[in-house]
Amino acid sequence: MAAPIALHLEFGGGAELLFDGVKEHHVILPDQSEPWDMKQLLVWIRANLLKERPELFVQGDTVRPGILVLINDADWELMGELRYELQDQDNVVFISTLHGG
Amino acid sequence: MCQVDEEYNGQLEHVATPSVSKKCVKCKESTAVLIIRAVDAFCRCCFKEYFIHKFRAMLGKNRIIFPGEKVLLAVSGGPASSSMLSQVKEGLSRDAPKKLRFVPGIIHIDEGGASGQSMEDRRRAVAQVESVLRSSNYPYHIVYLEQVSCIKLQTGPSYKAAVDQFIQTNQNLHPDLFLENAWSHLSSLSMQEVQNGLSNPITPENTQALQRLFASVRTLTAKEDLLQTLRQHLILHTARTEGYTKVMMGDSCSRLAIKLLSNISLGRGASLAMDTGFSDSRYGDVVIVRPMRDYSSKEIAYYNRMFDVPSVFIPGLDTKAQDKASIQRLTESFVNKLQTDFPATVSTIYRTSEKLHTACPPQNTNSPTFDKCLMCACSLDTNAGESHCQMPATLDLKSLLCYSCRLTIKDMTAVDILPQYILAEAERKKRR
Repeated sequence: MAAPIALHLEFGGGAELLFDGVKEHHVILPDQSEPWDMKQLLVWIRANLLKERPELFVQGDTVRPGILVLINDADWELMGELRYELQDQDNVVFISTLHGG
Repeated sequence: MCQVDEEYNGQLEHVATPSVSKKCVKCKESTAVLIIRAVDAFCRCCFKEYFIHKFRAMLGKNRIIFPGEKVLLAVSGGPASSSMLSQVKEGLSRDAPKKLRFVPGIIHIDEGGASGQSMEDRRRAVAQVESVLRSSNYPYHIVYLEQVSCIKLQTGPSYKAAVDQFIQTNQNLHPDLFLENAWSHLSSLSMQEVQNGLSNPITPENTQALQRLFASVRTLTAKEDLLQTLRQHLILHTARTEGYTKVMMGDSCSRLAIKLLSNISLGRGASLAMDTGFSDSRYGDVVIVRPMRDYSSKEIAYYNRMFDVPSVFIPGLDTKAQDKASIQRLTESFVNKLQTDFPATVSTIYRTSEKLHTACPPQNTNSPTFDKCLMCACSLDTNAGESHCQMPATLDLKSLLCYSCRLTIKDMTAVDILPQYILAEAERKKRR
């Protein structure tokens, strides 16, 4: 995909604590030759949005167990999880179901 | 079992091509939006039906709540208890088929004093929760953890007489009228509560006393255990003074699986059945029920998101704590990690917990009270003469506590800063 991708990200269930308490983010992913997928998005979030304690959000390649991901209000397991290719104006939600967030 | 595994493997290959959309397993028509239990894909409508039905089935199957009974809903503001509140609203609404018939009230406990939140943050959080509670139109009680220092145990005959009298004067009414009377009585009570709240039950002394109490506990494990005990006492106290006979807690399946394993590690193996079962009758007059115990955290989070159930996140003692900070945190991280690779983990633990039964018959209020632990009210599983640990304070509570509560107390630097009502009850029991 040549064009930059605009995304609407949301964090809930306590995950927002790692992002300065901000629940909603509108981001634009820069141009690149290959299409953006969820795996790259996580790397991007870790580098650009995450304010503290990355191990509480990302573990290895994927999100920490206990964090649910919704893409356009559908379970990301139905969309291929990390392999899903992001489209412009996609809505990605991360909800933490862990006790302390 | 084998078949479940096969389907799962098949589904993994299927999902490798995300362009193919899966159909709902129930209606087979609409596109699925959610996968639960690793294999079942549901569409939005079928999921909603499934979710609502499970709540009614849980209450109906267990037949423990009687029409007209006063039930206290313990709402922390988190997703599970908020979901429970919305299910109760749904079940009690006039157009629900075979609607539930009981009289709900809500309790919310502000624990900010123990977790070190600032007054401003606490006020904001409580205000957010209050707006959710107010929209339900049920009477609610906002209780502060500091109020543990104000509890006086009510065991006198006058309180029971008052409750009996209310029931007697109203029981001959038609059930709907009884419900309406109960509701209006409760609403006037709740207005009183709210006004009492406005006149500030949190004094700086109370907050400091609470902070001192938690600061005297050395480990996070013991802190969390103590917090759980105090919370339980506050809920019970409110239930008793306001005349509620049942308390509904919002523990989900995932939480209960974690609680089961951590309780074993904490030394609470003897009371596992009561701690994680559907109903907990160890307190005698008030029974605790857990109607959300069949729902996984995932189902609750998705339902709340898809159907706009408001919930408030309030940071607690273990927020942002490391994995190894406490036994409870470690267990949670263990179970969650295992669950990602083996999606049957939580449900297997849950099904095992259903098979647990208490070995001795449940205690009723007639049996001698010195058989119960002072703090958690489970049957004592230790002999008074067994303990060898050195108690730092002059008060010797050892003989009145179960093994696990002894461990919690052992982690405290001083025992005499425990809330007054616990010390008074200990005195009373010792004098027998």
